[in-house]
Amino acid sequence: MSWTLTEEHLADLARGAALLGTGGGGDPHVGQLLVRQAIREHGPVLVLDPTEVADDALVIPTAQMGAPTVVFEKLPAGTEPVAALRALEYHLDRTADATMPIECGGINSMIPLLVGALTGLPVVDADGMGRAFPELQMETFSVYGVPGSPMAIAGEGGETVVIDTRADNARMEWLARGVTVRLGGVAHIAEYAMSGADVRRTAIPRTLSLALSVGRAIREARQANTDPVARLAEVLADTLYGHLRVLFRGKVVDVERRTEAGFARGRARVAAMGGATGQLELVFQNEHLVALVDGEVRCVVPDLVCVLDAEQAEPITTESLRYGQRVTVVGISTPELMRSPQALATFGPAAFGLPYAFRPVEELVPA
Amino acid sequence: MHIGIDVGGTNTDAVLMRGRTVLAAVKTSTTADVTSGIVSALDGLQRQRAFDPGQVHAVMIGTTHFINALIEARRLAPTAAVRLGLPATASLPPMVDWPEHLVGAINGRSYLCHGGHEFDGRHIAELDEAELRAAAADMAAHGVRSVAITSVFSPVNAEFEARAAELLAAELPGVALSLSHEIGRIGLLERENATVINAALRELAAHIVDGLAASVAGAGITAPLYLSQNDGTLMDVDFARRYPVATFASGPTNSMRGATVLSGVDTCAVVDVGGTTSDVGVLQRGFPREATTEVSVAGVRTNFRMPDVLSIGIGGGSLVRGQADAVTVGPDSVGYELTSRALVFGGDTLTATDIAVAAGAAEVGDPGLVAHLDRGLVRAALDRIAADVADVVERMRTSAEPLPVVAVGGGSILLPDELADGGRVHRPEHYAVANAIGAAIAQVGGEVDRVFAVEPGRREAVLDEARQEAVDRAVAAGATPGSVTIVDFDEVPIPYLPGNATRVRVKAVGDLKVED
Repeated sequence: MSWTLTEEHLADLARGAALLGTGGGGDPHVGQLLVRQAIREHGPVLVLDPTEVADDALVIPTAQMGAPTVVFEKLPAGTEPVAALRALEYHLDRTADATMPIECGGINSMIPLLVGALTGLPVVDADGMGRAFPELQMETFSVYGVPGSPMAIAGEGGETVVIDTRADNARMEWLARGVTVRLGGVAHIAEYAMSGADVRRTAIPRTLSLALSVGRAIREARQANTDPVARLAEVLADTLYGHLRVLFRGKVVDVERRTEAGFARGRARVAAMGGATGQLELVFQNEHLVALVDGEVRCVVPDLVCVLDAEQAEPITTESLRYGQRVTVVGISTPELMRSPQALATFGPAAFGLPYAFRPVEELVPA
Repeated sequence: MHIGIDVGGTNTDAVLMRGRTVLAAVKTSTTADVTSGIVSALDGLQRQRAFDPGQVHAVMIGTTHFINALIEARRLAPTAAVRLGLPATASLPPMVDWPEHLVGAINGRSYLCHGGHEFDGRHIAELDEAELRAAAADMAAHGVRSVAITSVFSPVNAEFEARAAELLAAELPGVALSLSHEIGRIGLLERENATVINAALRELAAHIVDGLAASVAGAGITAPLYLSQNDGTLMDVDFARRYPVATFASGPTNSMRGATVLSGVDTCAVVDVGGTTSDVGVLQRGFPREATTEVSVAGVRTNFRMPDVLSIGIGGGSLVRGQADAVTVGPDSVGYELTSRALVFGGDTLTATDIAVAAGAAEVGDPGLVAHLDRGLVRAALDRIAADVADVVERMRTSAEPLPVVAVGGGSILLPDELADGGRVHRPEHYAVANAIGAAIAQVGGEVDRVFAVEPGRREAVLDEARQEAVDRAVAAGATPGSVTIVDFDEVPIPYLPGNATRVRVKAVGDLKVED
């Protein structure tokens, strides 16, 4: 069902998007402020259910790419994502009927909403990652045959670059990364232009709604002084992310970070408390990739490994993990579209160099 | 000799010290004008231990006056925010996330102008002098008296802030200018917010600092006057006039710094037990560990250098309820009504203070009034307090190393001699005036917080360069060169950028150059 997004939804949506970001995806705070300003000036945004997009409609997803640390300092002009969309329309010689997120985790849940508020275009309630991933080819769109190219990149000065690598989405990512650095470390993009029929075939449906209901569930449970994680499990049970498993509760006892090939890689260990034994280990590359309990895999990418503050269930990013934090680590199952052999080849454990085979979290940790 | 003064919301405390020895200590009430409270505190010191004002070599003052002025939104100057960053940043203009009443209280005006740097030092755009002059004319027309200047990535390169300040100073004589690179770190909105707050406090700062100087001079003291900053280091009066915002967290910082001097322990958890809450902070090599998250002040997100403090609702006035087998302490408290409502003062409410007196840990009020309390209940309540405080201390630890605990504040009698995990609790003398002592022993510091491009094989050279710059800044701020050491160092790689872009933060601190 389609719905109208207003300013009141933004805090819950940002919290839910942070959870779906599994520790990465960029802090949605700046994105939230951007959308709030745009809604105040231009009015609310229509969020379109994927079933209500016409087969031959043109949907152009929009996003931000680059270093989250730069975004905190060099705020956008605000016009960039629309400029990227317009540049791609010009290149395609067609007008977009809607925009859509490529990534529902982190700040990229917000950028298409900014575009929607500024242009009046509806935003399709779906995305191509179903979470957050570090690279542009890690998309279900890509997995199921929608090319990312042609892609448009815009900077704050109104300049745009169009990249066309045909079917090679990994090369598109590589070229776009270079342009982004020249633009100052952050840029806005429009890519994976597709038909309504392709949206229904390749996108993870209703992930904006999902982020909103996840964020709302956590807030409402806090206000009612009930267990936010239990409430979260109830809410997720009715979605494509049907299984939530509590993997571990404990205290962060070690965090190790390093930069490799431009990524923030590292590990963290969480120890049991209150007489319990056992230890959980997290491996991350911008996002959490795998959770092991006493050396055994309990949840692995693309399933979601989420680290939540033990009391408030506020999602904790990999950058802000530190010794002494009391955390609840949960695993959440992902839709079948993200677990097919082709999908796993693109963003499963092997794509991140992890020596584990994918197994669904609901099998690894029986209810 | 030197004098430390802490001007809190309720009390003004003062200590006279020689080196790290306390010669005299007094507690007086804070007055609305601040200065008469200081005068009576100095009189109190003189009465307790007569001293020759000429022998006082420095006076250090910690005050919460400026943060309180912001919270109460009073005596704030009409302020403009100038941001240098166009064409970037236009989406979120200055003060976009402020509470409306506060924007009104400072008659806040915003000017978006060209300028700013990229993370690697390139210019986003050149400074447009005509644009700045037009902004200055508009400010003059609207009665702006203080201006905050914020340029994108100014912590990496401050040239545009400096040039804009020069131009605005020429166009707007008499208007105060605050530059963001001297106030905050990377994070544009938060640094800009802190700078605008600073600008709004400039007139009040001039007034208060003049008052402080006059009351100290009135006591015959000619020594230089310093104010304590958030991080436990000192600034001179001139700097305090320009950067009042740097005093915002000096209260908790001074109490922690005082605790380290009194106890002689420089890496520890400090538990400050007041009437309503216990505040727990961590000292690393004598300096408070800073919060890594954004701090909200009066509803405004900032990235001030604030100590990382965790509070729980346990204090001397906390209500004690239940039986020996299920007792609760706090979080509600009788607060300032302790002396009328606690049992030992003839009241009808069982408080944590009553428990301490019943256990023989304190002599307050009439112990006979709590003699009837069930021993089991008293024990259980003290155990509860010890367990809750131990839990907070444990949360504040950043490594598995054991951490000694220093207890200060009037309510520290509630704590046991040892916490769980075998951590001994130090209870230094003069714990009630730890704040003033913290102000008195403050040192001077210098900080660097920048993104560096670390080329292969150059990591150590780059880090050395950053360390040296921090040391140079500390010396420039008045530290004795030989005494300066690096007290804090942090290196965070930034993903998605080439050349191993790394954010490096270094803090160096040294002894203030004074004769003593």
